[in-house]
Amino acid sequence: MIETLPALLAGAVLVAAFSIIIGLLLMGFDRIVAARMQARIGPPLTQPFTDVRKLLAKENVVPENAIPWLFNLAPIIALASAITILFYLPIGGFAPVLSGGGDLILVMYLLTLPALALVAGGFASGSPYATVGAQREMVTMIAYEFPLAIVVVAIAWRLAAAGISLPFSLATIGANPVWGLVGPLGAIGLLILLIVLLIVTPAELSRVPFDTPEAETELAGGILVEYSGKNLALFSLTQGVKTVAMASLVVALFFPYRLAAIAGISGFVGAVVDLLFYILLITLVAFISVSVIRVSMARFRINQVVSVYWIYLAIAGLAGLLLVMVDQIMGVV
Amino acid sequence: MSAEKAKKTVPYTVPIGPVHPALKEPVMFTFGMEGEIVRTVDFAPGQTHRGIEWMGMRRNPVQIVHLTDRICGICGIVHSLSFARAVEQIAEIEVPERADYIRTILHELERIQSHLLWAGVAAHELGFDSLFYLAWRVREQSMDLIENLTGNRVNYGIVQIGGVRRDISDEQRALVEKGLDYYQGLLDQMATLFLKDSTILMRCRGHGILSWDDARLLCTVGPTARASGLNMDVRQDYPYCAYGDLDVKAILPPPETGGPQGDVYDRIIVRLLEVGQSIGIIRQCLGQLPAGEILWEPKMAKLLSVLKKAEGEGIGRVEAPRGECMHYVKMAGKEAPDSWKVKASSYSNLMSWIPMLQGEQLADIPIIVASIDPCLSCTDRVAVTRNGRSDILTKEDLTRLSREKTRRMMQ
Repeated sequence: MIETLPALLAGAVLVAAFSIIIGLLLMGFDRIVAARMQARIGPPLTQPFTDVRKLLAKENVVPENAIPWLFNLAPIIALASAITILFYLPIGGFAPVLSGGGDLILVMYLLTLPALALVAGGFASGSPYATVGAQREMVTMIAYEFPLAIVVVAIAWRLAAAGISLPFSLATIGANPVWGLVGPLGAIGLLILLIVLLIVTPAELSRVPFDTPEAETELAGGILVEYSGKNLALFSLTQGVKTVAMASLVVALFFPYRLAAIAGISGFVGAVVDLLFYILLITLVAFISVSVIRVSMARFRINQVVSVYWIYLAIAGLAGLLLVMVDQIMGVV
Repeated sequence: MSAEKAKKTVPYTVPIGPVHPALKEPVMFTFGMEGEIVRTVDFAPGQTHRGIEWMGMRRNPVQIVHLTDRICGICGIVHSLSFARAVEQIAEIEVPERADYIRTILHELERIQSHLLWAGVAAHELGFDSLFYLAWRVREQSMDLIENLTGNRVNYGIVQIGGVRRDISDEQRALVEKGLDYYQGLLDQMATLFLKDSTILMRCRGHGILSWDDARLLCTVGPTARASGLNMDVRQDYPYCAYGDLDVKAILPPPETGGPQGDVYDRIIVRLLEVGQSIGIIRQCLGQLPAGEILWEPKMAKLLSVLKKAEGEGIGRVEAPRGECMHYVKMAGKEAPDSWKVKASSYSNLMSWIPMLQGEQLADIPIIVASIDPCLSCTDRVAVTRNGRSDILTKEDLTRLSREKTRRMMQ
């Protein structure tokens, strides 16, 4: 926990700047690798920066039958809440900015906030496409929350069963990598849980095949259809930051390793090594759960999204949880 | 259900069009939605009328052939071929055999190109962009072949009244054969990608169903009709060009995939199989390509004077990639035709949207709309505007207007 207020503020600004820059870079990376997988060249890595810069210079159009204050507020809330998530997640070797203030449960709630802001903005824009998109976003949220909760609870339960106090705290999870606690059966369970979390990620980020709320060909952009200029720029920054946040959550839950500590490097160099290792990990997570999935599938219908999450992924998640539990019981016996 | 009752049970309407990413060409849809379910469907074409027939009425048939090239951006040969055949019928021009074969080869290359284009569009409508890029990349091979044979990628300008403008040399023949081998090798791969993919199966099987009865009653044509089990194909039923010499059978969804069910999936199957059929047809044509002239009359002045003297009516029908395309021409011993009417294949297919879309989900609208491969620029022959507003003409209006026109012409 950072003690003083100035240090806290400095940390917040640093995390915000870091997450926006890395988020946009991740988006650029995704566009390049997706393009390569589709036999295209793709845009330069800095394309998202160019896009955002251009959007920021553009006019903000508010539709006639929109609710202006809500319409304009939604992107700000979305970006602010997305950045807030990262205040609670460890970045590289650094402890979370607000580490003492919250735990995994809070992070799960915060994760819904950008989506809720998006829904509010969609309903406030007064377009039938945005309304349908907002409805779909709500349904998608309800759908993916359940498997996400299973994963989080499974990991916390395993830590608690090992007799570790404060199992939901991210500092605890970071200090006790969960892979070290389980036997082979539990490792299989954890692997299943990791896959579930990787498939929850594209829905959280509204990417193919779970991009039903935005569905370009059906809803012409859905929720975002009426957004333009600075508001759209804020939403695209949110998208980048959310990508970092989700990838960081995956890394924090399943790979809380620090290369510097393993290699025995300390001090400034160690911090840099940790940060680079962390960036490598989140890039890898984003590559698997965003780029690879989105180039290899068609978009689901909204009812298919629900059945994928509630039936297939929930069963997979519960099976993973069960394996972890069986493993623990067998370990005790 | 009465109109009023329908209005009450349908809570909100979603407009799609005239310009919308789900549509590749302008058409205006109005959907009555109940949640995500489509309850009522209405559509208004006529958003992209260009007055091509009107332009044609001021030109001689040789000039019109160039105009017909530009009716559609994809079926470059279909319209010019069908117009040329109508005029040849009137002027009693006999097309040399070699020209007929060259026409057939290009006609089938165009079908390969068009079906691959459609496959890409369909994949994109499903949100499967990787497949879209793949389909369009392999389509380039056929575009290159067409460019090599005709000199153009689109608007080929190859058909002439009484034949074709360019011959196929031996080097070009080898090139075409190489291209066909490429597609032959690719066909299985494409079939696996489109037909075995579980997300495509989930989205297409059992959706956008057009029953055999509806397909027949609505007079649908082409792959749309064949996917519903109608055994019809102009190439099989009324052979033209070289098709009489060749072995062409209408392609229906095979029993291995459950026979014709009339859904979107069947339309994908039919089109993919037709690519294979086209490869076979081109191979046959190249194998038995006869020697000889490629034009009935190479001298333009003589051709024009024959056409100027021609009198009578003619109908040219060809099997376009989307179904039967028909041109009606009436000549009355003048330079320009007396009458010229184009009926593109999509004109017959558009009405099938209504039974297909009712009861489906909003998410399926793009793929179902695309599944008949609509070509609206070809279809739009009329746009009614009155006092600056667009208007709808009912059947009674049309009958009245036709009677008035007949009386005017009788005078």
